[in-house]
Amino acid sequence: MSGLVPTPALSHYLILSAVLFTIGAAGVFVRRNIITVLLSIEIMLNAVNLTFVAVGRYRGTVDGQIITFFVMTVAAAEAAVGLAIVIGLFRHKESLNPDSFTALKW
Amino acid sequence: MLLLIPLLPLVGFLLNASFGRRVTKPVAGAIACGAMVASFLVSAAAVVQLVGLPADARAISQQVFTWITSGDFAVAFSLRVDPLSAVMILVVTGIGSLIHIYSTAYMHEERDSEYARYFSYLNLFAAFMLVLVLGSNFLVMFVGWEGVGLCSYLLIGFWFEKKSASDAGKKAFIVNRIGDFGFILGVLLAFVQFGTLDFQQIARAASQLGPEASFGTLSLITLLLFVGATGKSAQIPLYIWLPDAMEGPTPVSALIHAATMVTAGVYMIGRNAVLFSHAPQTLTIVAVIGVLTALMAGTIGLVQNDIKRVLAYSTVSQLGYMFLAMGVGAYGAGIFHLYTHAFFKALLFLGSGAVIHALAGEQDLRHMGGLRKELPITYWTFLIGALAISGVPGLAGFFSKDEILGRTFTSGHTILWGVGLLTSLLTATYMFRVVFLAFHGNRAEQARPLHDAHDAHDPHGAHLHDAPPAMAFALIVLAIGSVLAGYAGLGGRFEHFLEPSFAPQAVEAVADTTGELTLVFVSVLVAVGGILFATFFFWKDKAAADRMAQRFSGLHRVLMNKYYVDEVYDAAIVQPIRIVSEYGLWKGLDVSVIDRIVNGVAETVDGASVLLRRLQTGSVRAYAASLFLGVVLILGYYLWP
Repeated sequence: MSGLVPTPALSHYLILSAVLFTIGAAGVFVRRNIITVLLSIEIMLNAVNLTFVAVGRYRGTVDGQIITFFVMTVAAAEAAVGLAIVIGLFRHKESLNPDSFTALKW
Repeated sequence: MLLLIPLLPLVGFLLNASFGRRVTKPVAGAIACGAMVASFLVSAAAVVQLVGLPADARAISQQVFTWITSGDFAVAFSLRVDPLSAVMILVVTGIGSLIHIYSTAYMHEERDSEYARYFSYLNLFAAFMLVLVLGSNFLVMFVGWEGVGLCSYLLIGFWFEKKSASDAGKKAFIVNRIGDFGFILGVLLAFVQFGTLDFQQIARAASQLGPEASFGTLSLITLLLFVGATGKSAQIPLYIWLPDAMEGPTPVSALIHAATMVTAGVYMIGRNAVLFSHAPQTLTIVAVIGVLTALMAGTIGLVQNDIKRVLAYSTVSQLGYMFLAMGVGAYGAGIFHLYTHAFFKALLFLGSGAVIHALAGEQDLRHMGGLRKELPITYWTFLIGALAISGVPGLAGFFSKDEILGRTFTSGHTILWGVGLLTSLLTATYMFRVVFLAFHGNRAEQARPLHDAHDAHDPHGAHLHDAPPAMAFALIVLAIGSVLAGYAGLGGRFEHFLEPSFAPQAVEAVADTTGELTLVFVSVLVAVGGILFATFFFWKDKAAADRMAQRFSGLHRVLMNKYYVDEVYDAAIVQPIRIVSEYGLWKGLDVSVIDRIVNGVAETVDGASVLLRRLQTGSVRAYAASLFLGVVLILGYYLWP
């Protein structure tokens, strides 16, 4: 299977996954638009999915792929609920900035 | 069949309590009276059946159901009629019926719902009283014992919107609780000692033992039981509730606080005659307490101005006589006096009720006078009652009181006899004081034309009504009873009839003659002397009575204030409890210890929260950051090489 393009090793997948995760986490922290924050969360979830699939393949089992399906299901549900909440919040505050939603405090 | 006796009034109670407010007064009254009369007829049938049995086998038992079973301990809800309870059920249902009938007229001005409530209580009382006297063991008796206490409370406080009435009800209930506590301790101790609660079995077990020479278990049991009796039967030191109980409607005073419930203590001692006979120490205490109560209440009765209070003290005094009889072992004589007393004291109370009814609630003797012409039926029946209680020969009280005094004398208690005789003099005096002040002479100036519902349909307001038919009927029947009841005891027949109840060990042979002739002569002399005293002071020369009061103003004041017993109790018991409760338990323990602990816990949590709630910023990003930081820290901890 050797060729011009080297076969990626596990470490490559993991590094890619870590990079994606960091991008997602940074997005969650720094973006001022709550929809972008949700998108960043999706990126984090998919980074984790990539790790699962890569490790599953490396070990020769299907467990990683199975869990990935679960994560995708949850992610879909989360997106649906999250977007609904965002719509509700927007109607309430006319804003998408997460810093404007600070009513839940003492 | 026995079950029917208490069950009928109970059904009457349930009917009136459930539907009473929806029916008219005649219906409610008819239900209550019908239940009582039916119960009386069943009782009479039971007694007839009882008398038909041979003298030494006179007992009819009925076990209704097994009430409590626990291991080898079993208590049955069982009823038993023997000669003693036969007398009691006849008194309770017979006089109870008359008082129910009387009440239909007396309470007529109440609203429909109040009227039904009154009769439901009265029926309930009768049911409990019958359970009390029919119960064949201590536990069943205790049910009745507490039940009549409850009804007494309800009926004393019947006009609960009046503060003094609700206070009197509470006083009666609380004072009775003190006695009941002694009673239940006595019952428990009896169970520990004998392993059973059945009266017959206890009597049989006790008769195996000899009389206690020193103060032992039997003495303690009987003394505790007697504490219960002092509460229920208003003896020193717990008599204080009975005079206040006069706040209730007058027929209630007649039924509960004169004829039946207050005699429960006497009955209880009679029921446990064998037990008491084996505790001579207790018997002495019973006799001394009895005679002291008789004397003390008699002296107080001499100066009271409220007609019902005079009668209340008279009741306390007569109950003292009964305890004197019990204490000297003359159980039959005591029960005999209970039986005759029920007639004439009920009569006197109902008579006073007729007076109060006619005067629209006036109870002060000083505002009465000259009622003889206006209330002839009331006057004559009241006079018969007064003669009977004074012990004038030929009337009921003479037979029974003389029997008690005679038996006291022959049993060697000369001092007790002397005090009893003195009380007899007082009895005649205070009773005829009431007769003369209320019915003779002229109406005092303070008396004003009375306006009430009665006068509303009578334009000539000053004219007084004599007792209406229902009341007159009860008065006349009771007057006849007050004359004739004593003849049941002629030649000791009454006591012979009762004797099996005080067996198995015949306590003391019953004398067949009614005491010695000299003794009879002395007590008659005393009774007549008392009446003459009263005639002089309260009829012929009223100023003399005032002069006497002036001369002995100190003594008079003490008597007017009932020996300051209420004040002493207040200072010695009520106030200390109140002070300990207020400054010790409430302000000391509750406020400064318990509250402080509870508040301290809350304040600690509150103080800690001041810091913690700073973390709750509401910023989603801050939460995400802390989440992230947490994950990093946990992972770092585990992954750090």
